[in-house]
Amino acid sequence: MHPFTYTRVSDTREALNAGRGGGRYIAGGTTLVDLMRETVEQPETLVDISGLPLREITVAEHGALRIGALVRMAEAAAHPKVRVLYPVISEALELSASAQLRNMATIGGNIMQRTRCTYFRDVTADCNKREPGSGCAALHGFNRSHAILGTSDHCVSTHPSDVAVAFAALEARVHLLGPDGERQVPFADFLLRPGSTPDREQALRRGELITAVEIPALPRPLKSGYLKVRDRQSYEFALTSAAVALHVRGGVIREARIAAGGVGTVPWKLPEVEQQLIGERPSESLWASAAAKAADGARALQHNRFKVELLKRTVERQLRIVGGTK
Amino acid sequence: MSTELPESAVPPPTGADESSSAPSRRTFIATSTAVGGVVVAGGVFAGTVLADPEEASAAEKPPSSRVSLTVNGTRRTVTVDNRTSLLDLLREHFELTGSKKGCNAGACGACTVLIDGQRHNACLTLAVRLEDAEVTTVEGLADGDQLHPLQQAFIDQDAFQCGYCTPGQIVSGVGCIKEGHTNSPEEIREWMSGNICRCGCYVKIVRAVEQTAGRK
Repeated sequence: MHPFTYTRVSDTREALNAGRGGGRYIAGGTTLVDLMRETVEQPETLVDISGLPLREITVAEHGALRIGALVRMAEAAAHPKVRVLYPVISEALELSASAQLRNMATIGGNIMQRTRCTYFRDVTADCNKREPGSGCAALHGFNRSHAILGTSDHCVSTHPSDVAVAFAALEARVHLLGPDGERQVPFADFLLRPGSTPDREQALRRGELITAVEIPALPRPLKSGYLKVRDRQSYEFALTSAAVALHVRGGVIREARIAAGGVGTVPWKLPEVEQQLIGERPSESLWASAAAKAADGARALQHNRFKVELLKRTVERQLRIVGGTK
Repeated sequence: MSTELPESAVPPPTGADESSSAPSRRTFIATSTAVGGVVVAGGVFAGTVLADPEEASAAEKPPSSRVSLTVNGTRRTVTVDNRTSLLDLLREHFELTGSKKGCNAGACGACTVLIDGQRHNACLTLAVRLEDAEVTTVEGLADGDQLHPLQQAFIDQDAFQCGYCTPGQIVSGVGCIKEGHTNSPEEIREWMSGNICRCGCYVKIVRAVEQTAGRK
């Protein structure tokens, strides 16, 4: 690990000053400390923001939910309102990492976490994300866990978060605070596809701080849930996953919010699948025909072809679990 | 109750000031390894090395910070190299070697400790961030000679073989029971999944957690 200076801040103004000066924010630190030890990350200054007052969960009108950036994963998952209003969020969180890590990691840090691509983590390997211009060792390497959607010739790594898949499905908004004031960014625009600049991962400006993630109100009743498929039953990243939220009234699907994880360079929203469902009555054949669209545009690599079919089946199964057949 | 201990400073990188005259198992191993000719560089006395000896030998002293925390009821104030993990602070500086270094990457749970009552991975926790924190390690669970019920349950259930993961399993189990995730063997398995046991003692570990949770 490279040496770094450490400073603890107690209010956002102090944090922004330190951030503007090039300091790196640290919250839970579960990704950052790990990557610093591997020398993938080499911050010169760590700005400890864990003392900032961003640890509240509030319910706004009509069931919109605002989760403070420093709320721990475990706290968000256990929060009664989150469990009742958005089971998809609490399920995604509780299927992530381990109990220990969920006690440490924060919501803001979770969506900032970096890829688990083994070549990214190995400083001797070529990786455009870690070292722009060096190449992508995963493209023709061992790429079983890599992405099939949103990839480029420069990067094929997945975004590892589960709850980010739920946030993408629910069309969350990321609240940011920077030297120029507050702004909000739709979740779909917050995490960036690699394109030719895979080292640029978020739509953050220098020194900007995530203050909260807001889930907009959705019509009720809303059923939702998260399904995660992986190599072992617990404490493992997704091969594929599906976040599904459905509003069914009068026997007809009025709203659908669906995204997939483990398959995209960013959490992968599935608007075509959503469109197939709107105005239809739940049925086995509807789930199958809608899920058949889930892997549209997929570009499989040598070792991850199985993900194309697995993704469709994951989405179909989760539609059935959430939507039933009546 | 907390005992105040005097401040200790960062020890010299090639630290040779073993305070105790009786050799511990650790210093014995380190010394005999050095005598065996394997270790040639400085900094072999792991008990006192906080900074990476290679990097610390550079002319510039790495940035350090002062932090006060409570470990197993004892208030400690130390100045540490900012890079020091809680796990290294416990093991290398406080000589609390119960918490184990397995993966050092948050993937195995052998280093699990309680921070302010919640289970955390000590390997991913920077010590400088723990101002005023209360840390409980496996050494802090027993009440004198009276084992913690979960420690006793691990013996009763024969829940370990090599024992390397056991301190982490036990501390994690204490957290799991406190959180109330012990309603079924399946729930215990899921909520204990952050602790890997390469001997495969999971069935008995689950029984030990069940036994202890059932007594409450």
